[in-house]
Amino acid sequence: MQPSDKKSAQGDTRRDFLKKSSLITAIALTPGVAIKAAENQADERFAELFEKIPLNLTVNNKAYKSSVEPRVTLLDYLREELHLTGTKKGCDHGQCGACTVHVNGERVNSCLSLAVMNEGKKITTIEGLANGDDLHPMQAAFIKHDGFQCGYCTPGQIMSAVACVNEGHTNSRAEISEYMSGNICRCGAYPNIVDAIVEVSKGGSKA
Amino acid sequence: MINFQYLRTTSAKSALALLLKDKNSKFIAGGTNLIDLMKRGVTSPEKLIDINHVPLKQIELVGNKIIIGALASNTAVAENSLIKEKLPLLAMALNAGASAQLRNVATVGGNMMQRTRCGYFYDTEMPCNKRVPGSGCAAVGGFNRMHAIFGTSDKCIAVHPSDMCVALVALDAVVVVANQKGERKILFKDFHRLAGDTPQLDNNLKTDEMIIRLEIPANNLGKNSNYLKVRDRASYAFALVSVAVGLEISNGKISDVRLAMGGVAHKPWRLTEAEDFLKGKDASIENFEQASKLAMKGAKGFGENDFKLQMAPNTIIEALTVAKSKA
Repeated sequence: MQPSDKKSAQGDTRRDFLKKSSLITAIALTPGVAIKAAENQADERFAELFEKIPLNLTVNNKAYKSSVEPRVTLLDYLREELHLTGTKKGCDHGQCGACTVHVNGERVNSCLSLAVMNEGKKITTIEGLANGDDLHPMQAAFIKHDGFQCGYCTPGQIMSAVACVNEGHTNSRAEISEYMSGNICRCGAYPNIVDAIVEVSKGGSKA
Repeated sequence: MINFQYLRTTSAKSALALLLKDKNSKFIAGGTNLIDLMKRGVTSPEKLIDINHVPLKQIELVGNKIIIGALASNTAVAENSLIKEKLPLLAMALNAGASAQLRNVATVGGNMMQRTRCGYFYDTEMPCNKRVPGSGCAAVGGFNRMHAIFGTSDKCIAVHPSDMCVALVALDAVVVVANQKGERKILFKDFHRLAGDTPQLDNNLKTDEMIIRLEIPANNLGKNSNYLKVRDRASYAFALVSVAVGLEISNGKISDVRLAMGGVAHKPWRLTEAEDFLKGKDASIENFEQASKLAMKGAKGFGENDFKLQMAPNTIIEALTVAKSKA
């Protein structure tokens, strides 16, 4: 994904240019005879490949209408198109949980979901948890219990923690650890994260 | 990720029609394995058919069978009260796999269709007969700590990564698949394949077919069920060895028993000989030990995974002991 779609002097976006240039490169690499034979078919093929799909999503209670390439993940869509960079890209392969968001109230790894598969769904990201300046109880509990060090995994940890409480998987510290195992913290703040979740699950919030 | 055409459909009929239209098409449901494979360039379909809106999410008791739709999520099955009551082994196995986030989107059908996590299969710079037939197997003689000890071939020693499938083979599940002409049934034990000379084929689903549902006969193994998974960390890791056990004990004797292993073969590995030995016998540690010896017949290590030759029987004995203690 490219970070920006700013218009160039020619009126083309950076992405438009990349598309055109990759098309030209593809043709340039093909022997002349083959191009002639395949010309019409090839045009159709490229048109299909670059087709964008209309997408309607509600993110943090705001409706967004756009169109995206099918290969764009929900994570890249949130970060690069909507500029909601609170959701982090860690491994990008579903192994670390940094990209955790809620889709229709359930936690998912946004790196392993295509944006277009979420048509019509309600997404909540870390930016959507607080109510204005009032932190969500889980955000407040993470601060109180020092549930992070470098902070990179924290948005994913908090989104996962909120879901963990909603699911009712907070009957013991062991159960919390089991159901939070999809969120890796390389600083090792795990005991403090569990403390924060225990407090919120018992109805505690800001202290 | 190489771009592709994306289509959505709301019925199995139209999904099957779309599948036939282009040779290089794939269904996408949860996508938690497929998208990862596409990002790494292991597979590059030209067309993805999104089947998430096909109504195949039912979980119900029909007569003496529990029916589970192919698109029911792993969480929906694991948290379902009918499953918890009638098939706790399945719920335990599901909860032993992946993470809460992944289970929320991963489907039953997708879980069955997931590819091996062999590092050489994922690394497109390395030879792999499963990814590129005829290119060789880098795991034989390579880093093979996670690999198979049963039913291996010189072409491939990869393991099937699922936990759910280990429970399903133990529970005598039946897979109902369909093509445009109609449905057919495949016994779960015959759904996945051994690598043999065709490691590129993980299972016996044909290219014009899709998984519709599972049918699982009700049983009396619920109370004494156990899924024991041994892995490198306490949670969120693939099995080194896992064992699914279902025991029915009447008057101190084992009247029915199911045993299957994960992390040891190219398919979920049912231990029929050990089951036959245990039937009608006392649920004693001596018999469990004897059963574990029978289970290990034909096992073969490849160097780094030799430890599984001892870990597997130990896990069988422990899984049986814990299952029995639930009585």
